[in-house]
Amino acid sequence: MPRTVSSRRTTHRLAADAGLLAVAAAFVLPLAWVLLSALDTNANLRVKLPDGATLDNFDAVLTPDITFTPLLNSLLLCGGGTALTVVCAALAAYPLSRFRSRLNRPFLLTVLFATSLPITAIMVPVYALFVRVNLIDTMQGTTFFFAASQLPFAIWLMKNFMDGVPKELEEAAWTDGASSLQSLMRIVLPLMGPGVAVVTVFSFVMMWGNFFVPFMLLLTPDQMPASVSINEFFGNRGMVAYGQLAAFSIIYSTPVILLYVLVARRLGGGFALGGAVKG
Amino acid sequence: MTRARSLSRSLTRALPVAPAVVLLLLFLAGPIAYCAYIAFTDLQLTGQAEDSFVGFDNFRTAFGDEAFLNAVWLTLVFTVVSALLGQNTLGLALAALMQRASKPVRTLVGGIVITAWVLPEVVAGFLLYVFFRREGTLNAILDWLRLPTQNWLFTLPILAVSFANVWRGTAFSMLVYSAALNEIPKEITEAAEVDGAGGWRRMWHITLPMIRRSIGTNLMLITLQTLSVFGLIWVMTRGGPGGKSQTLPLFMYEEAFQKSMIGYGTAVALLLLVVGSLFSAVYLRLLRTEV
Repeated sequence: MPRTVSSRRTTHRLAADAGLLAVAAAFVLPLAWVLLSALDTNANLRVKLPDGATLDNFDAVLTPDITFTPLLNSLLLCGGGTALTVVCAALAAYPLSRFRSRLNRPFLLTVLFATSLPITAIMVPVYALFVRVNLIDTMQGTTFFFAASQLPFAIWLMKNFMDGVPKELEEAAWTDGASSLQSLMRIVLPLMGPGVAVVTVFSFVMMWGNFFVPFMLLLTPDQMPASVSINEFFGNRGMVAYGQLAAFSIIYSTPVILLYVLVARRLGGGFALGGAVKG
Repeated sequence: MTRARSLSRSLTRALPVAPAVVLLLLFLAGPIAYCAYIAFTDLQLTGQAEDSFVGFDNFRTAFGDEAFLNAVWLTLVFTVVSALLGQNTLGLALAALMQRASKPVRTLVGGIVITAWVLPEVVAGFLLYVFFRREGTLNAILDWLRLPTQNWLFTLPILAVSFANVWRGTAFSMLVYSAALNEIPKEITEAAEVDGAGGWRRMWHITLPMIRRSIGTNLMLITLQTLSVFGLIWVMTRGGPGGKSQTLPLFMYEEAFQKSMIGYGTAVALLLLVVGSLFSAVYLRLLRTEV
């Protein structure tokens, strides 16, 4: 009996491995294309091994116009948006987590409701509104909108992480005369470092990859972040240097993949789902 | 403590919430309210001094507009095929297989699927555009298998973008279901196994009922995400050819900007927002014990 169970287990494991590898093979093709084409100066649309791997494509796209300016713009927009999101979310989460109030529940429900609204739907009215209040085509306006769109989820996550920090430590500080702000800065936030890191990385990754928001709100080519500039570069189809496009895609994607790996390792897999998707 | 003092204390305590509330009111609630207003006007992009209130005209136009009904239909196809059937089922299957698979395979496959998810939207769209092109990898494989090839982005654009959304979004469902399956106590499945229940029966009678709340929340969330996909389709097909992959967000964009009918485009946006709110409300209901 034990032998049959264990041999059945082995068969099951092999079948599961085979099934997973088959799905992965289908998933990996587009990724393989981008990796191989980036090293191939004669890249076309098919997955193929380069004749001789070179970094020429990377050399060709590492110019201010194609890479540095758009990436700097992305960094400014997403960095600013993330900073704003994290600061506002941390401040907002504190009273929600620490003090009891009749308003907490309705506020949190509203936030959770807003978390899942389709932001895409409001981009046309946001554009119209931004034209009216002269925020259109400004980095500040776009940054503020980025922050606002990410804020509901950030507040929700931050509050859940903050609930995990025991209250006793702060109570000691309060008796010593520390204000709420001091205890938030000196005690709570340092203790929930990984939680703050998750909120920061998640907000940044979401903004970095977002196309529609800057596509609508920014007009001047010099201000375009990478998410939009890649599309322009690729949109003027005519003659497309696929190898260069692949190289740029890799340069643009690397930061978010690294950030994801950094945080996912620390928190074990589905970090993004932390608070929001408890079934 | 007097009433005044307790009031001032609760105000001081609530103060840190203020920056977030201001930001949310100005940049989220404001546009939503503005959306609800201009959907009832004939606001246009250029050449018009004043917009005027037109009541339900935009909505009446929409429901008589074939292009709008086409976009509704395509949104439905896109959501059902890519989210409900594709991401949800594939995500569950991957999570279930991962429970049994060996560790290196699990890590490798998880890594690949999650990479597709973490990639920026435009890069994902671009990779899948290349994959489906006439000279692309899919046709190369079909050719090698001696199967008929075709120009996928031209003949079946809505299926191509749906597949792209499955490629990009499955990781989310996979992560949700992996977390849910990990919470099922081992003893329960083992007991059923000893009682002679096969894999499918265990899945159907034990596992699925135990994770039904995760299924509910996952379906809600991926539906909402799929309803608002724009960049992926924009990069792959621009909604074309001839509107054959034009879902509601792309239709909204085209009406508002390429045809300059902001009022009409916003009416479509409002409908999308209302549908989204309904799903969002159901989602809250599913989570009601959590807050």
